[in-house]
Amino acid sequence: MQDTIEQTHPPHVTFWRKVKTLFVKIPLLGWIVGAIVAVLVERLVGSGFASGLGLTKEPALFGLLIILKTPSLIPGALLYVLLIYMLPTVAVAWATALFANRIAALLLKKHILIAVLVHLGLLYVVLHFWADISGYRAHTLKLALIAIMVTLSLNIINGYMGEFSCSHPGFMALGAYTSSVFTLSLFTDHRFFGSAVLPEALGPFLFPIGLILGGLVAALGALIVAIPSFRTRGDYLAIISLAFMFIVKSMIENMEFVGGPRGLSGQPRWADLTTIFIWTVISIWIINNFVRSTLGKALNAVRDEEMAANSMTVNTRRTKITAFLFAAFWAGVAGGLLAHVLQYVNPSTFGIQKLAEVLAMVYFGGLNSVYGSIVGAVSITVLGEALRPLEIFKWIIIPLILILVMIFRPPGLIAFKEFDVRRILQPRNTPKKEVKDDAA
Amino acid sequence: MGEFFQNLVNALQYGSFLALIALGYSMVYSILMLFNFAHGDIFMVGAYIGFGIATLLVTLASFGALALPGWLILVLTIIISMFLTSFVGMLVERIGYRPLREAPRASAAITGLMIGIILETGNLALLGAKRVSFPALIESATYDIGGVFVTNKKIMIVFVSIILTLALHQFVTKTKWGMAMRAMAFDYLVVPLMGVSINTIARLTFAIGSALAAAAGILYGVAYPVLEPYMGIIVGWKAFVAAILGGRGSILGAALAGFLLGFIEIFVAMIFPSTFRDLIAYSIVLLILVFRPHGFFGEPYSAKLRL
Repeated sequence: MQDTIEQTHPPHVTFWRKVKTLFVKIPLLGWIVGAIVAVLVERLVGSGFASGLGLTKEPALFGLLIILKTPSLIPGALLYVLLIYMLPTVAVAWATALFANRIAALLLKKHILIAVLVHLGLLYVVLHFWADISGYRAHTLKLALIAIMVTLSLNIINGYMGEFSCSHPGFMALGAYTSSVFTLSLFTDHRFFGSAVLPEALGPFLFPIGLILGGLVAALGALIVAIPSFRTRGDYLAIISLAFMFIVKSMIENMEFVGGPRGLSGQPRWADLTTIFIWTVISIWIINNFVRSTLGKALNAVRDEEMAANSMTVNTRRTKITAFLFAAFWAGVAGGLLAHVLQYVNPSTFGIQKLAEVLAMVYFGGLNSVYGSIVGAVSITVLGEALRPLEIFKWIIIPLILILVMIFRPPGLIAFKEFDVRRILQPRNTPKKEVKDDAA
Repeated sequence: MGEFFQNLVNALQYGSFLALIALGYSMVYSILMLFNFAHGDIFMVGAYIGFGIATLLVTLASFGALALPGWLILVLTIIISMFLTSFVGMLVERIGYRPLREAPRASAAITGLMIGIILETGNLALLGAKRVSFPALIESATYDIGGVFVTNKKIMIVFVSIILTLALHQFVTKTKWGMAMRAMAFDYLVVPLMGVSINTIARLTFAIGSALAAAAGILYGVAYPVLEPYMGIIVGWKAFVAAILGGRGSILGAALAGFLLGFIEIFVAMIFPSTFRDLIAYSIVLLILVFRPHGFFGEPYSAKLRL
């Protein structure tokens, strides 16, 4: 029976299946260890290897920029990616698969928290070494991590609750300005806020408080959108949220003490990769727990049929207001981090363009899915940077990709998928039965 | 008092652009329950097509090949570019909306947004980043009516937009096509079973909406003779707000809301510093929607809304 099914497939499908079976037994831990080896290889021999291939320095984004900028260097860039990244990763992951499976099983047996922390620590090592090569890489990575936070928080409203909220740039602006005012007025001598109140050495420790304050102010602002959402939904709520975005932008433009339309600059460099990584992980963890909780399921119920949910004892008002405040909080935190990465904000940073960008990330990645948000945020950010050499045609290519995704997979690439940490971290050499149980 | 009437005239002119564009949003919305987010950029495309045709005709006239008077060139420009832009609308419907009719509504909103970005960028790539100025087709004449200065352009703009709105209203309420459109807006699931093709009606809706946007674009070019690729964004989003304020399926509602939004903006700028314009205008919109959540002439939320 199995054989007859196999034979009906064209040859390339069976080929890819065979390739897949080669790697299906490697756990996540194995891949991460492989990636660590790859970035270490790059660190040791990367620049020498690159100059040997005729490249001026290590390709910044996996050779994508080089391929588009100077076509004559394409073979070199491809060879670099193949030999420096792919070969060590795959080889090490494959070679250590047995060992990694055992370790993964051991970690999971101890406690899931330990397993998660070990994986995250190793992942951070990969990112750190990768980003250490050039400032451009680090900047792109920071933007991608922040984009993950924003996309996830918008996915709560647009994906899990099924509204079409356009207010996220407004929430981000509130968070960005609040945390900027916090850090600038307390820790720096600034021309708007006078001299520093607290020593600057304290700053990095109190920085999270500024971010949380930003998130809280954004959540407070979200009440303006959340309360009308009791009475109306769909398109009218979309307009209310759009109006909110314009109101926030216009309000900040009129607030001279934060610089008005000229913006606010000089934020201290406290949003380094570690800080952003920790905040992103925390946000993924909390948001994932939120959407898998009873309240998160209530969100889905409100999306699918509000009246039925109401009659089934779901408190729709509480659900909606919680979702809005919660999402706005994380958008505010992300905005605060963004302000400290760019070290400059102005009101037009948070306009229609930002809205289109965030919406694109959510709908590209997939609705109702943490995986999708991560994939969407990272791929749109990297795509946006990688297509930079195309200049203006970048803004034809990216929309075209999105249109194609929408036509062929309307809810997004990886929509409606649960993000189960235990399933991601589990060893892959276990009998198939367990996997099937999880899938059900 | 003179200042009030002066602003009234300005608001009428500004409101007529918003009203004409809002009609396109409103029609697509009432029939497909989807927003054509590329509509603001279709307005821009219409203005550029009008610019091309007007420049061509003016050049021909200057060579003496086809010596037409200015007003005739304007009329021809409006008619030809309405015709041509309607094809752009149909193309947008075919690419971005027809494949997504059964998809989640937000997906179609995203394709619309993206087509809008492609139109902007395409224009930028074709014509470069420089602004072009719309040729002056009719000589400007200013009339002084009791201290209020009214130009003939303003009168023409308001007049044309009101005529187009009423014509559309007549079309939708009196003709058979209009009846099919209203039926489709009432129930897009059953009406196709009665032998009305939803594809044809959707195409027609996009064509009419785009033609009106083109007319608005040319009138805009006559009033403010500087065109740029991003001109459709701000006006487009404002017209979108107007379409929602008017209420679903109400043509006159959308037009009235367009004029109302124009009035709000102009008069806010008259009373307060002009930097407060967006802040106060959108606050008023928000308040209206809080107390009247379905627009002026819309029906309350029904379970028919698919998400």
